[in-house]
Amino acid sequence: MTDTIALQVTRYRPDRETEPTVEEFAVPLHNDWAVLDGLNHIKDNMDGTLSYRWSCRMGICGSCGMMVNGEPKLTCASFLTDYGRGPVRVEPLAGFPVIRDLVVDISDFLRKLPKVKPWIVREDEEPVGAGEYLQTPAQMDAFRQFSMCINCMLCYSACPVYALDPDFVGPAAIALAQRYNLDSRDQGAEVRLDLLIHPEGIWGCTFVGECTRACPKGVDPAGAIQRYKLTAALHSVKSLLLPRGAR
Amino acid sequence: MTAAFDVLIVGGGAAGLRAAIAVAETDPALRVAVVSKVYPMRSHTVSAEGGAAGVIASGDTLDEHAHDTVSGSDWLADQDAVEVFVQEAPRELIRLEHWGCPWSREPDGHVAVRAFGGMKKMRTWFAADKTGFHMLHSLFQTSLKYDSVTRFDESFVTRLLVDDGRVQGVVAVELASGRVEAIIARTVVLANGGCGRVFPFTTNANINTGDGMALAWRAGAPLKDMEFVQYHPTGLPFTGILITEAARAEGGWLLNKDGYRYLQDYDLGTPSPTPVLRSMELGPRDRLSQAFVHEVEKGRVVDTPYGPVVNLDLRHLGAKLIDSKLPFVRELCLKYQNIDPVTELVPVRPVVHYMMGGIHTDIDGATPITGLYAAGEVACVSINGANRLGSNSLPECLVFGARAGRAAAERARNAPEPGAAASAQVRDEEARLRQLLDRTDGTEEIAGLRVRMQETMEDAAGIYRTGAELAKGADTLRELQDRARSLALEDHSRTFNTQLITALELTNMLDVAEAIIASALQRTESRGAHQRTDFPARDDKQFLAHSLVHRDDDGQHQVELVPVRLTRWPPAERVYGR
Amino acid sequence: MTTGPGDFTERAGDQAYHVRPYRPPVNLLWWLRRRTYLFFVLRELSCLAVAWAVLFLMLLVRGVGEGGDAYAQYVAWARMPWVVVLNVVALAFLVLHAITWFNLTPAATVVRLRGQRVPPAVIAGSAYAGWVVVSALIAWVVLRQ
Repeated sequence: MTDTIALQVTRYRPDRETEPTVEEFAVPLHNDWAVLDGLNHIKDNMDGTLSYRWSCRMGICGSCGMMVNGEPKLTCASFLTDYGRGPVRVEPLAGFPVIRDLVVDISDFLRKLPKVKPWIVREDEEPVGAGEYLQTPAQMDAFRQFSMCINCMLCYSACPVYALDPDFVGPAAIALAQRYNLDSRDQGAEVRLDLLIHPEGIWGCTFVGECTRACPKGVDPAGAIQRYKLTAALHSVKSLLLPRGAR
Repeated sequence: MTAAFDVLIVGGGAAGLRAAIAVAETDPALRVAVVSKVYPMRSHTVSAEGGAAGVIASGDTLDEHAHDTVSGSDWLADQDAVEVFVQEAPRELIRLEHWGCPWSREPDGHVAVRAFGGMKKMRTWFAADKTGFHMLHSLFQTSLKYDSVTRFDESFVTRLLVDDGRVQGVVAVELASGRVEAIIARTVVLANGGCGRVFPFTTNANINTGDGMALAWRAGAPLKDMEFVQYHPTGLPFTGILITEAARAEGGWLLNKDGYRYLQDYDLGTPSPTPVLRSMELGPRDRLSQAFVHEVEKGRVVDTPYGPVVNLDLRHLGAKLIDSKLPFVRELCLKYQNIDPVTELVPVRPVVHYMMGGIHTDIDGATPITGLYAAGEVACVSINGANRLGSNSLPECLVFGARAGRAAAERARNAPEPGAAASAQVRDEEARLRQLLDRTDGTEEIAGLRVRMQETMEDAAGIYRTGAELAKGADTLRELQDRARSLALEDHSRTFNTQLITALELTNMLDVAEAIIASALQRTESRGAHQRTDFPARDDKQFLAHSLVHRDDDGQHQVELVPVRLTRWPPAERVYGR
Repeated sequence: MTTGPGDFTERAGDQAYHVRPYRPPVNLLWWLRRRTYLFFVLRELSCLAVAWAVLFLMLLVRGVGEGGDAYAQYVAWARMPWVVVLNVVALAFLVLHAITWFNLTPAATVVRLRGQRVPPAVIAGSAYAGWVVVSALIAWVVLRQ
């Protein structure tokens, strides 16, 4: 008889509830099971009505973000044995509206993302026949870390500013803007600066730093934002002192 | 009815997004829809690790890439398609680079290429060992530029609307609300991926349930070469998580339980300390997976609670190389296997990875149904034939995604408005879904049927097959199809009902599984990834042909053969390691 | 652009759809829920200690400037127990302020020398070093006879 561990899972069924409730399930405690495997066991064998998102189960698609014992985690990358004897509390990602059970509405991020122009902006496009834009390993290093974002939303969940002010553009979107700003092939830094120097943009961030702590891919969005603040501040000073020279 | 869209793309992975961008660039006035059951950045393209092949090195030629691909396919690839593919692949990869894809570089700033299985020259572009991730995010972020592209995220397509041999659009369930809606379009491009979840051990994500293949087949489009299922030689034992071929390309060795590099016993060359192209661990995936099965028969494998494994040895590569070229591999091994590849052997086994087969298309992604196109893993052009070479499928998504997008755009310009007959189909589909959702007298558990299907496929359609096992498998699947008519749904809610989706995915998988078995039964030869112990030789006289599976009036799978298109490479022996 | 199915041209019958996302209320004491949030709030509040220190310094300057009685009054006031306690608390917050500020500077300042990124510890270290040097300088000016 295998040991079991208790999973306390948030349920929310808007067709019959106005508020979430908690249900407890005892799942087998295998030492190589992730929390996600526990959820799958519940859905396949105990309660088929449990709804949650998952796909790759290897920490690269970003689908399975949830709160596990109060911390935003990828449930495919958190293991049952990390939680001792349990119980393990699994809740929908904090800071987002809950659609159903463990599924949250992340459409806000999908609306904000295009606004920071997360693509290569160039005044002069080279034709494909001219070959690749040259980029040395050092130049790629400059933005590589910020390109690792899997859009899992754990950073938004950890950010107290986003919880208090949903208009805040947020860590991942700004980090992605930085990813392109620092890419030597991009020429859109000015455009993005104009888009992000405002109270809901980079200046909304008060450097709590929780986003970086929550990020499962080491993107360091807090670092991206602080660097961006420095760039923005220098840019503002320059345009003040040399209004024509700075352009 | 009026068409809301000119081109409707199902699937938001590399092929789907590339098609969307192609349409938007061909004609910004065309209205494009991308309908995906997940947010695009969750598409399975994201998990691809190793790289994308394209000829750019100075000593390399298109002909050599084509020949490697054709011989890798065990001569089942259509050579005209392969010639188009190898020519357009480098251009697509450069285009993606212009769109920001962070290809790894040489010190002088040019794109770097590395060796890969079955390739005679180094031509695999790579973005560290997260090539699919970087490609997908570059494509997705670039697609945000185009106002003419409308996305329907988390919408599950349940049916293609076809009238009078012409596609009219789709019916889809919007997950968040449960609303069943028709999206009418002049053309449809299916780009929703493979079907690895039909098998129990797979590198594939939960979402790879053959939806596109089932949709097309039910609508009357044939599936091609479904018997060719690729087993990737190195997946982790419990999870099936992919350990990229790049680990072997950088110099990794496959060792049996005696620490012996066993591939040398299987006509794959002789071992050398550093990798030799097209030899040993850089042989093609079908031959490496088959070698594993022989090692199991000889008792030379390591037994684990999750079945037999061999070991991947990366220790001699050193931490510096692993951290710079294979960082994600190290992370995956540590996290999911508690093993550090820098100092320990990594247990691996072959796992289902890719479908060479798929919806039958021509070199522009067109299916026999007017206005219906397909591209990417869901399609079969065929450039991969009986066995795909690693790093060919990512550029395949780009090349044929773009071609299908352009072809659909061209047709959409001249297509007539959809007819009224589609309305009846929409109402039928709504009724069917409502009946499934509201039913309370179901008796069959979804998970139970799914597990039984997967076990059946593992036994009947594994790396080595026999006519008897295949026939038995076909019978079991028939029985499972019958039982699936009484699926029990506990979740009758409309709001984000994932159980409904799981039930629909199961019915898709059963149709695809039957297609695989039916095709495998018909092909009484061994070629590439389809190995019959009762017919162990390759038979070019009868079977230098694709198997085409149609749906007949009784809903059964009927297989016919269609000759392979040869241009410049007559069938020869596949030689590796010598 | 992303859109919902409102743009479809065909509609289903009269199904009841329950799309009612639940928005958990925001707790005013959110900053007590986590050690890191609490630490963050204390760090932000330390700016009050900075403001106090500036005010205290300005009062000292005024006292010194006016000299004689005014200065004696200032010193007597500064000796009062509540002022001393306040200054001790303020000093603690000032140290917190300085340490957190120095530790966070590397996040904003990425310096590359000869292609390699200067390690964060060096950036923070130089800030600390500068602090020590300036403090030593001030101490020397103030304490020399």
